[in-house]
Amino acid sequence: MAFEGLADRLQHVMNKIRGKGKVTEADVKEMMREVRLALLEADVNFKVVKDFVKKVSERAIGQEVMKSLTPGQQVIKVVKEELTELMGGENSKIAVASRPPTVVMMVGLQGAGKTTTTGKLANLLRKKHNRKPLLVAADIYRPAAIKQLETLGKQLNIPVFSLGDQVSPVEIAKQAIAKAKEEHHDYVLIDTAGRLHIDEALMDELKQIKEVTKPDEIFLVVDAMTGQDAVNVAQSFNEQLGLTGVILTKLDGDTRGGAALSIKAVTNTPIKFVGMGEKLDALEPFHPERMASRILGMGDVLTLIEKAQAAVDEEKAKELEQKMRTASFTLDDFLEQLGQVRKLGPLDEILKMLPGANKVKGLNNLQIDEKQISRVEAIIRSMTKEEKMNPDIINSSRKKRIAKGSGTTVQDVNRLLKQFDEMKKMMKMMTTMPKGKKKGFRFPFM
Amino acid sequence: MSFFKKLKEKIAKQADTVTEKFKRGLEKTRDSFAGKVNDLIARYRKVDEEFFEELEEILIASDVGVATVMDFIDELKMEVKRRNIQDPKEMYSVISEKLIDIYQTSGDETTELNIQPNGLTVILFVGVNGVGKTTTIGKLAYKLKNEGKKVMLAAGDTFRAGAIEQLEVWGERVGVEVIKQSAGSDPAAVMYDAIQAAKSRNVDILLCDTAGRLQNKVNLMKELEKVKRVIEREVPGAPHEVLLVLDATTGQNAMSQAKTFKEATNVTGIVLTKLDGTAKGGIVLAIRHELNIPVKFVGLGEKMDDLEPFNAEQFVYGLFSTFMEREETQGE
Repeated sequence: MAFEGLADRLQHVMNKIRGKGKVTEADVKEMMREVRLALLEADVNFKVVKDFVKKVSERAIGQEVMKSLTPGQQVIKVVKEELTELMGGENSKIAVASRPPTVVMMVGLQGAGKTTTTGKLANLLRKKHNRKPLLVAADIYRPAAIKQLETLGKQLNIPVFSLGDQVSPVEIAKQAIAKAKEEHHDYVLIDTAGRLHIDEALMDELKQIKEVTKPDEIFLVVDAMTGQDAVNVAQSFNEQLGLTGVILTKLDGDTRGGAALSIKAVTNTPIKFVGMGEKLDALEPFHPERMASRILGMGDVLTLIEKAQAAVDEEKAKELEQKMRTASFTLDDFLEQLGQVRKLGPLDEILKMLPGANKVKGLNNLQIDEKQISRVEAIIRSMTKEEKMNPDIINSSRKKRIAKGSGTTVQDVNRLLKQFDEMKKMMKMMTTMPKGKKKGFRFPFM
Repeated sequence: MSFFKKLKEKIAKQADTVTEKFKRGLEKTRDSFAGKVNDLIARYRKVDEEFFEELEEILIASDVGVATVMDFIDELKMEVKRRNIQDPKEMYSVISEKLIDIYQTSGDETTELNIQPNGLTVILFVGVNGVGKTTTIGKLAYKLKNEGKKVMLAAGDTFRAGAIEQLEVWGERVGVEVIKQSAGSDPAAVMYDAIQAAKSRNVDILLCDTAGRLQNKVNLMKELEKVKRVIEREVPGAPHEVLLVLDATTGQNAMSQAKTFKEATNVTGIVLTKLDGTAKGGIVLAIRHELNIPVKFVGLGEKMDDLEPFNAEQFVYGLFSTFMEREETQGE
């Protein structure tokens, strides 16, 4: 069962309509059915979908779609606008208490990723906001949960407050705040145990922690893969505790993440951050528009562009372009270029952000071998300065040495030299082309 | 006699405690599904397009999966046409018959683990992050030990902070040995060690934990394939079971998980965890329907003995029991 994006779904309807010249109300209705299915397939709660489709239908039938020459695209546009609107504005602020420390409580179901997210959030507070957080291990139930937070604390070099698993979480939280005041921590992050929203005893415990610590933020940590039940979970936690924000985890998976929409719709609480990986810096601000595209299966070009902008140093790119024009491009320059491409992140992830990439035959199974790039880098690094400037001097004994130094074979070295040679030839051709036609430059081998 | 009556009588003969646990665990599920269907049938005077649309929504709300629901609704529509049904009340029996069909056409129901009568049995646990792999291993170890088996655990999650310690706590609780290496070491090497230890200590069953991984991480899935290869090489015929642990709260992505993990490790069964919440675990239906992977166990709570063998009949009964009781009085 392959997920179909909204665009593909609408295409079916459009094929039928084509040639009819006019879009009828029945056609719009059929398109709305596709919108509905696309959202349901993305795990958006069915109640939320119902309200949403109703709203979109009104707009569609009213004016915009039926009069449009490209009704399919118009529907997508309307859907995306409404979806982005529903998702709310961007908001990744974290409260600051007028009298420190600021207390942040992390709550959620088992296995949502609270402990990992707590660690990530502490890292973010320190790195981006220059804060001095204290982590509090208040999960006394799950075996080794305290140890997990302590290990994360050690990795981040952020202190962890713990009283073992024999003291009540309420008491732990209380003492942690006293300790934070004493040691001048300006943030206290309380990692609570995972619990079911229908477990009254454990929900009461959270209420008590809230009472004692008077938190400035209560973040609900939710697994992005959650299905229809996300609504019940979010609603229940919100009613009982009053959430101030939501953090969506495991969004680096291939889930559409419709839960985000459901949660936003029922709690009206902003989604502040998203977890994008297992590393401790993989916590990013939530972007409503990108989430809307993702739920609709439309790729994530914006993130890709942003990544590229952050990773590629413009100065260096210009310098490189100059070198290419004058054909003074050396293996050293090539090495640098490779480094810039790699800064974008794992290549297969980059590919996934391209809209339609999962549709191209063969591309969805394409695995770019990061090792291959590492090998190329190793080979170039094993050359002497002279060799890099002037690869022509590399004879067979030099090749043997380079292969040995980089842990590759002479064939690998040969292949690289040949490719580099061809690349240079291509550049020469480019430079002889009339100016103006070759705006920007492409990465070779890509 | 209706199908449900037969089912009910059959279940009545089974241990009450287990049925109770299932019923309790599925309380929320059942209430919502059955309640909604009853409400739907009461509200409509005619079986029409809107009726089906609402029914569709009720099913989707249990995470059954859009494709499965669409198939189901199509079949219902055909049946309604064939029998020329107009009164919604007649829908009780049609809906229940078709629901059971989905379960039954999914093939043989074997929840028995493939445990070797002689020699070592290796069971590998796989799944995404946070589904409850380690906890499930703890519970299963307890169960198997009570059945008189000599059990050993392999701490193959060398990645997540505190994962090894978590398994060790379970080992202590249950009273079984845990084979581990330091955090960050190669999980395949841990498996190798554990198998050698299990062989030399005449262990009956080795339960292998692995780190949670999202199924779209190619490198991590490759690592898992390697772990499996090492096990295959060291024990002919092993792993005897590869159990995919699924979180009942997961939506449509569970299908993608089942598919990808099946490709990488040839999953032989599913453990459905966290079924004690309000989540419905309906995606299990779709997975059985489309991939034919049976559910072997369900996790119904946090205690050591809260792991039950999956019983399709009880699952159906738990899921739709209020609905069935209604059908008995209405239908006959």
